[in-house]
Amino acid sequence: MAKVKGDIIIDIEKCKGCELCAAACPQHSLELSRKLNSKGYHYIVKIEDNCTGCTNCALVCPDSVIRVFRKTEKKKEQVATITNVTGDITVKVKS
Amino acid sequence: MNERRMLDDSHYENLIEEESVCINENLVYDKPETLTKTPMHYCPGCGHGVAHRLIAEVIDELGIQEKTIGVAPVGCAVFAYNYFNVDMSEAAHGRASAVATGIKRVLPDRYVFSYQGDGDLAAIGTGETIHTCNRGENILIIFINNGIYGMTGGQMAPTTLEGMKTTTTPFGRDVQAMGYPLKITELIAQLPGVYYCSRVAVNTPVHVRKAKKAIYNGFKFQELNKGVSFVEIVTNCPSNWKMTPVESNKWLEEHMLPFYPLGDLKLPGKEN
Amino acid sequence: MKELKLMKGNEALAEAAIRAGCDAYFGYPITPQSEVLEYLAKEAYARTGMVVLQAESEIASINMIYGAAGTGKKVMTSSSSPGISLMQEGISYIACAELPCLIVNVVRAGPGLGTIQPAQSDYFQAVKGGGHGDYKLIVLAPSTIQEMVDHTKLGFELAFKWRNPVMILTDGALGQMMEKVELFPQTERKFELLPWATTGKTKDRGRSIITSLYIQPEVMQEKNLHLQKKYKSIEREEIRFEKYKCDDAEVVLLAFGLVARICKKAADLAREKGIKAGVFRPITLFPFPYEEVNTLADSSRIFLTVEMNAGQMLEDIRLAVNGKIQVDFTGRMGGIIPTPEEILEKIIEINEGVPA
Repeated sequence: MAKVKGDIIIDIEKCKGCELCAAACPQHSLELSRKLNSKGYHYIVKIEDNCTGCTNCALVCPDSVIRVFRKTEKKKEQVATITNVTGDITVKVKS
Repeated sequence: MNERRMLDDSHYENLIEEESVCINENLVYDKPETLTKTPMHYCPGCGHGVAHRLIAEVIDELGIQEKTIGVAPVGCAVFAYNYFNVDMSEAAHGRASAVATGIKRVLPDRYVFSYQGDGDLAAIGTGETIHTCNRGENILIIFINNGIYGMTGGQMAPTTLEGMKTTTTPFGRDVQAMGYPLKITELIAQLPGVYYCSRVAVNTPVHVRKAKKAIYNGFKFQELNKGVSFVEIVTNCPSNWKMTPVESNKWLEEHMLPFYPLGDLKLPGKEN
Repeated sequence: MKELKLMKGNEALAEAAIRAGCDAYFGYPITPQSEVLEYLAKEAYARTGMVVLQAESEIASINMIYGAAGTGKKVMTSSSSPGISLMQEGISYIACAELPCLIVNVVRAGPGLGTIQPAQSDYFQAVKGGGHGDYKLIVLAPSTIQEMVDHTKLGFELAFKWRNPVMILTDGALGQMMEKVELFPQTERKFELLPWATTGKTKDRGRSIITSLYIQPEVMQEKNLHLQKKYKSIEREEIRFEKYKCDDAEVVLLAFGLVARICKKAADLAREKGIKAGVFRPITLFPFPYEEVNTLADSSRIFLTVEMNAGQMLEDIRLAVNGKIQVDFTGRMGGIIPTPEEILEKIIEINEGVPA
C-alpha cells in the first residue's frame, strides 16, 4: 500500500482560533496553542505527526490560513530475490 | 471543553522530521490567487470566509479573473471587495442583483456574480431578486443564509427559524406575529428564468466540496446564456447565534439543514 | 444639411440619446415621460445596439444605472417626480461613487402622487441634493425641445468630464409638446476601457472598485472634501444662462425651463406697455449663476421670479441678490402653467408699488 504522508503550514498570524479545522481533522492532530498571535487570538497548531494531507482542515478554514502538503510514497518495487543455498532464507531486495 | 489541553509551541519543535513534506511539489491545498492577502474582518468561524474562498478558487480554476466582476451587498459582506482580487461594485442594500443586471447587460461577455445575505436578498431586495431571476439574467447569485442579520447585530432575518431567538425576537420568532421563515430559494427555483438552483452548506469538508461544485456550475453556466444560476449557502453566525464556531456548525446541521435541506433544486437536464 | 424634424419632447430626448451614442437605458414607465422608454424600446437596439431594459421599479432602474455606469458605459434613465423620489438613494450612491450618467426628470406636480400635469416643484430635490449626504448633480434645465436634444448630448459630455451624474430637469409640458428640432448626426457607440471602471481586472492595472463606503471618518471626510472641490470646479467652469433684453431692463423676470419662455412673452407685453422688462434664465441650475444674478441686480430695479412651484429657485435668487433689491415671486402650482398675461399683471402691480 502506498504510504501517504501529509503536513500543513499554518499562517498563525491570520488564524482566529475558531477551531473548525480541529473539529474537521479526522486525525485529531490540531489544537489551539496557549500562545496568542498579534491580534490576540489563540492560534491553531499541529500536535500530532499523523497528518495525511486530507485537506479537510483547509477546506473548512474561513480565513484560508492552512496550506496542505501531501507526499505519496510509492510502493517500493522489488528488484531481486536472494535465497541461500539451503533455501530456508529468502531476502527480497527493494529499490 | 474545559479540559482542553493548551500546549506550548516548544512541545512540537522536536517533532520536526528530517525530510519535510512541506515542499512546493507536494502542495495540495493553498489559498487561491483570486483572494487578496487582506485578512478578513469576519468573526472567527464565520462561513463567509469559506464561501469567499470557494468563489475565488472557482475563478482561479476557470481562469476568468480578468473577466469577472463581482457585486458586494450591504451586510457583513459589505467589504467583500477587499478580499476578491477582481473588479467589484458595492451595491445599495438589496440592490445587488439590479446592479449585476446593469453590469451584465452592458458587458455580456463578462462573468458577473452578486454576493448577498438573507436580509439583503430576501427582505429589502426581494423585488430585485425575483425580477432579476425572472428576467433570466445571465449572472450567478450567491445567497448567504445564516438566518440572522449579522452586521447590524443579530436581528431577525426573513430566514430566521421559527422559535429562534434574535435581538428583535427575544422570545423566539413567533410566526403568528412575525411571519414564517422564507424559503426564497424554493420560490425562485420555480421561475423559468432560473437555469440552475442549488442549496449547499460549508459546515463540513464534504459540504464544502459540494458547495464548490455548485459555485463552479454557477460560473460555468453563464457561458450558456440560459439564465440565472442561484446558489444558496446555508451558513452560520457564531457571534449572533451566541455559540462557539464549532457549536454553531453543529446547530446548523441540527436545526438549519432540516428546514433548509441541501441539494439541487433545479439542475439543467434533470427535472426536479 | 440640417436635419429638421417635428418631434414630441420626450421622443426628441430619446432620439438624442440614441444619437449621442448612449449604451444603455434602464427605466420604468411613469406619466408624463413613458414615451422616452417607448421610443427607445422601438428604435434604439436595431439602430445602435443600445441596451434598453424596462426594470421592475425605479429603484431597480437606478441601481442598474449604477452597475452599468460603473463599467464606464454611457447610460441613462428617465422618470417623473414620484419615480425620481424613489431613485434618490441610488442617486446618492452614484454621486458618491462618482459615476457618469444621465438622469432625466420630466417633472409633474406633487407632493405625493400629485398629478400628471407639469410642474417645477422638484427644483430643491434636483439642485440641493434629494438624497442623503453632501452631493450635487449637474442640473440642466431645457426650455425648448431643441434644448431637450442639445442637453442630452451635453449631459453625457458633462457627466464624463466630471465623473458626476447629470440631471435634465424638464417638465411634463416640455415632455409632451411638439416642436421643430434640429437633430445632430449619429455618434458612433464606442467602448473605451476606463481605468476606474469595472470591466474586468487586467494585469496592467489594479482592481477597480465602485463603492460609496468609507467607514473611517477621516477617509469619508477626505472623500467629501474631494467631492466639494470638484463641485467648486464645476461652479467655476460650467455655469450656463441666457439673458433676454436684460441690458436696459428695470424689471427682470427670473425663470428656468418652460416658464422662461412664457416670461419672454410677458416681458415683450410689458415693453409694449412701456415697462422695460427682461428675462434672466439659468440654464444650469447647479451650478447656479449666483454672480450673474447679483450683477444684474445692480442695473435693475425689480426682480420677479416666476416658477411652477411655491417659490424654490426664488431662494437661490434671494441668496444671489443678497438684499440689494426687492425680489418678488409669482407662480402656479398643482400642474397649472402661468400665462404671459397673468405674469404681466404681476409686473404692472409690482412696478407701480416700487418707486423708481
